[in-house]
Amino acid sequence: MESLSNKKKVLEQKPLNLAERMYLPAIVKGLGTTMSHFFKKSSTIKYPEQQREFSINWRGMHSLKRDEEGKERCTACGLCALSCPAEAITMIAAERKPEEKALYREEKYAAVYEINMLRCIFCGLCEEACPKEAIYLDGPIVPSDYLRKDFIYGKDKLVEAPLEVK
Amino acid sequence: MDINFVIEKFALVTILFAISLVIAMYSTYAERKVAAFLQDRLGPDRAGPFGILQPLADGLKMFMKEEIIPSNASKWLFMVGPGLAMLCACIGTAVIPWGQDLTINGRAVPLQVTDINVGVLYLFGVVSLGVYGVMIGGWASNNKYSLLSAIRAASQNISYEVAMGLSIIALLLMTNTLSLKEIVAQQHGWHWNVLYQPLGFIIFMVCSFAETNRAPFDLPECETELIGGYHTEYSSMKLGFYLFAEYINMFVSSAVMATLYFGGYNYPWMDTVAAHVSPNVAALIGTGVLFIKIFAFIFFFMWVRWTIPRFRYDQLMNLGWKTLIPLAIANIIITGIVIAVVNKF
Repeated sequence: MESLSNKKKVLEQKPLNLAERMYLPAIVKGLGTTMSHFFKKSSTIKYPEQQREFSINWRGMHSLKRDEEGKERCTACGLCALSCPAEAITMIAAERKPEEKALYREEKYAAVYEINMLRCIFCGLCEEACPKEAIYLDGPIVPSDYLRKDFIYGKDKLVEAPLEVK
Repeated sequence: MDINFVIEKFALVTILFAISLVIAMYSTYAERKVAAFLQDRLGPDRAGPFGILQPLADGLKMFMKEEIIPSNASKWLFMVGPGLAMLCACIGTAVIPWGQDLTINGRAVPLQVTDINVGVLYLFGVVSLGVYGVMIGGWASNNKYSLLSAIRAASQNISYEVAMGLSIIALLLMTNTLSLKEIVAQQHGWHWNVLYQPLGFIIFMVCSFAETNRAPFDLPECETELIGGYHTEYSSMKLGFYLFAEYINMFVSSAVMATLYFGGYNYPWMDTVAAHVSPNVAALIGTGVLFIKIFAFIFFFMWVRWTIPRFRYDQLMNLGWKTLIPLAIANIIITGIVIAVVNKF
């Protein structure tokens, strides 16, 4: 059939000549190729000792942020939980007492905030949904563990370390 | 028969057995390292410095694994298979001359377990027996894949033994002897047979690859088609025996190739070296040279494995019957004519 686009390229399959039919020249060439790799530097990164840097848009373990004065930013509005496609986030809100003013930024705070790391797909939608800039997926790789219950991370693991008192 | 003779043979057999096992053990390590380097990786490097304890760890793992004998397997044959494979692999080293005679307390101690005058035939016998281990194991497993693999192994070995035998006939026309000791002695210095029989050597080498079931002829154990091949149903040290036998086979066929075609313990300027050192040291240097040749061949086996893809079954048979056998016959005829002409004038 006539080619309309002229993109078709007909490959002519010639019968192999004697050197090609002997295969040995091609095999020797192949051996040369593999040998050249023998002397190449290996691209292995010995993981636990040696770590590759994460890319700038890497999404790892979540952390709940504090503001400049060291107060927790989260107000337990629940938008992160609502936006989470994997339903990994749960929280219980509580009202701030007057003496806790130094701990929480606004009158409402999350008394319990849990993320199930086995459900989480690290999509970053919670980060996008948060109106208070309280949650970011800027942590390392979530470590492995033996029991399912240990993958439910509470505030003890998620909240940023308090600011150092100066 | 005097007691010294018994002691020296016993010692030699023990040493050879130990060397075969250690080389087989470290061939597994070398295989993984070579594979890794050829693929720009590092290979095993956790067990000991550079991972040199990896074979020990693997061996320990093999021993610790649960021993499973399938309920419908033929139990006795199931156990005979790996043993036979191992036995046939180990006895091949008996006729290979590992070096020139040592002189200990005025006695000449040959570094060869036995110099039978049909050494080459003995090697062929041992090599062809090797396939029985595979066949028995594959059949006794009562598993379709194992059986298919065993049939493949058997037909492959039989096909390539023909070409191997024919390629060696051309060599025997030149050497006029079947004794390996004499064949090596004739290759003194650099008169290596490979220089006179290059085609014969290539045929022999290709057939050795097929006989040891190494890539690109590893059809009996191609994972994609046959799961594990003839050792699919094997576990624990029985599996270890099969894997070990394969590596010992590789060692033995490397030794045979080095002996028949690459001068065994001979090396260029060996007379100059021998004039400067004592005879025993010269003999040991020769043994060292032989082992260097053997290691080079083992490396070549691994190098080829990561270069050439596996043959299809019909390609394998075509290569064996339609290419290698006619070539080997042509080689015999040419060698015969050349020898006749040379003898005439």
